[in-house]
Amino acid sequence: MEFSQLVDYLRNYDGPKIRLMEVCGSHTHAISEHGIRDILSPNIELLSGPGCPVCVTPTAYVDKLIELSLINGTTVVTFGDLLRVPGSKESLNEAKGRGGSVEMVYSPMDVLDLAKRHPDRNFVFAAVGFETTAPIYTLLLDNVLSKGLKNIQILTALKTMPGAIGFLCENGANIDGFIAPGHVSAVTGAQYFDELASKYKIPFAVSGFAAKELIIAIYGLIQMVLNKDYSVKNFYTSVVDNEKNPIIEKQLAKYFEPADVAWRGMGIIENSGLILKEEYAQFDAGSIGLDVDNKKNKACRCGDILMGKAKPEDCPLFKKACSPMTPQGACMVSEEGSCFNAWRR
Amino acid sequence: MEHGSGGRATGELIREIFESQFNSDVLSEMEDAAVIPGEATIAMTTDSFVVTPLEFPGGDIGRLCICGTVNDLCMRGAIPKYITCGFILEEGAEVETLRRIVKSMAETANEAGVKIVAGDTKVIEGNGGIYINTAGVGFVPKGVDIKAKNAAPDDVIIVSGNVGDHHATILSQRMGIKNTIQSDNAPLQEMVGKLVASHIPVHVLRDVTRGGLATVLKELALSSSLRFDIHSDKLPIDLQVKSFCKLLGLDPLYMGNEGKLVAILPKQYADDALAIIKSCNYGANACIIGSVNQPTDEIETGALIMHTEIGGKRFLDILQGEGLPRIC
Repeated sequence: MEFSQLVDYLRNYDGPKIRLMEVCGSHTHAISEHGIRDILSPNIELLSGPGCPVCVTPTAYVDKLIELSLINGTTVVTFGDLLRVPGSKESLNEAKGRGGSVEMVYSPMDVLDLAKRHPDRNFVFAAVGFETTAPIYTLLLDNVLSKGLKNIQILTALKTMPGAIGFLCENGANIDGFIAPGHVSAVTGAQYFDELASKYKIPFAVSGFAAKELIIAIYGLIQMVLNKDYSVKNFYTSVVDNEKNPIIEKQLAKYFEPADVAWRGMGIIENSGLILKEEYAQFDAGSIGLDVDNKKNKACRCGDILMGKAKPEDCPLFKKACSPMTPQGACMVSEEGSCFNAWRR
Repeated sequence: MEHGSGGRATGELIREIFESQFNSDVLSEMEDAAVIPGEATIAMTTDSFVVTPLEFPGGDIGRLCICGTVNDLCMRGAIPKYITCGFILEEGAEVETLRRIVKSMAETANEAGVKIVAGDTKVIEGNGGIYINTAGVGFVPKGVDIKAKNAAPDDVIIVSGNVGDHHATILSQRMGIKNTIQSDNAPLQEMVGKLVASHIPVHVLRDVTRGGLATVLKELALSSSLRFDIHSDKLPIDLQVKSFCKLLGLDPLYMGNEGKLVAILPKQYADDALAIIKSCNYGANACIIGSVNQPTDEIETGALIMHTEIGGKRFLDILQGEGLPRIC
């Protein structure tokens, strides 16, 4: 089938209503960037799940970063998009405005240089992310150990996908198929989702991020839904293998162990995250027990939106009290967030 | 700090660093105010420059502060003529750096055909920073009426070259990312002058600076109460800048430029205008990226719509926040 025929099929699809969910922030972003929703038939609904690492981080974590940034002699080092995420009262950016010490970097490895240049300061890296970002923190720790640096710690909010997807399947989000995260799959292999597919009788399509790749994966996933093919199909074979990457697996197992962790708006999900192992506890800036999720605005429906139970437009704050300039919840902050992407489409 | 005292050291600073480079008859008179000839319609503007780092691939704060003001004047169809500059130097600013910056200002002013006619210097406590304010005056030729409101249905939208270069350069420098991206920092008086002189009825010109192309176009769409349609496959973006943006999760449409303009003009003049812009310095990559249209029932007034390569639509708004790099 020609590519244009795939687009026509998706545009004119008049079969049973199908609800698909992407669980990767970069997919959410790409779907919006390429205007993909615009070409889909009203009978195909795309929902954005909990795939944005910043969006799923509970407020207690942001509050802890703020607390650390205000300690004399401590600097919090972070990726850019965490700066504006609201904690229970304020964001890291606001804390910076009243004297908090916060540095933005583009790679966690930059903290090594900061720590060398300022040996009298403590640096805490805000280690958020999924299976994709976690390996970089292990390289950071390798370097910290080999260079004997004593002034670097990390505050972890590391999440793993299967626990969250299982939670969504069990808690009635009514999803017909998942667009499996392309970057995560590159690390874990497509087989990572096999168990979920057969346990919950739901198909997975691993997709890339270009417009054509997404269209092909969405088309493929719809065929799987219609044919009741509850398996995992890899539409991103240029990057994703079926098997996991053994080097990364070994590296992760060296420093981290699975744990029950809190997701914003969804609560604590069993076996859905990574924490530092006991023997590396000296590198932990206080990550354990940051489970409380005190919404800045009680009306915010980020939790329901992350679970596919509501769309951004269903939230009473959307485009009113909540905008990218005045985000009430994390989904409106990140370029990967559902509300941000709904706001701009 | 002595250099800001207003005494001898100030005089020395002015003579040695500024006057020797700017070499303007009006400035040499060392009067309190410049009296300049001319009686046409006057365009005036001012801007302050606080960029870090002070020098970067493709430019520096000196070139930037002249181009910024020259380009603002040009966007009303004016021919830029005179510039004033105010320096705020922090204690610890290096004289050699200042010398290079001033030299760069002089060369850029020369290139842009403007005279620096007045200046001021203050020195404050601090950490070696250099900040510059420039103000400019230009004369608008008779019959030229270029302003944001003038966009009309069936106009074409032209952008004068690749977008995002300046922003990508500055971010690369700040973050220590090695690449060969260069700032587009440039004066645009040549292309504007030629467009005006060739009697092309340009409706709107806008300098695509902070906020990027999408912000500028959205603001123009709102001022004209029409809808703007642009096409993603027509946007001129350097491949290296595109990759840089992908890596950091930035959108080139929202990245600042310092030598790019948007021209909106009637369709029948599109080819002529494009040829003129392409023939000028800094216009080689110019292209037509879209059109101005009447709003419809489904698409509201002031909408900026990007048509994507697969035929989808994306509604663009002005830049929100700072355009921070994303996590993945």
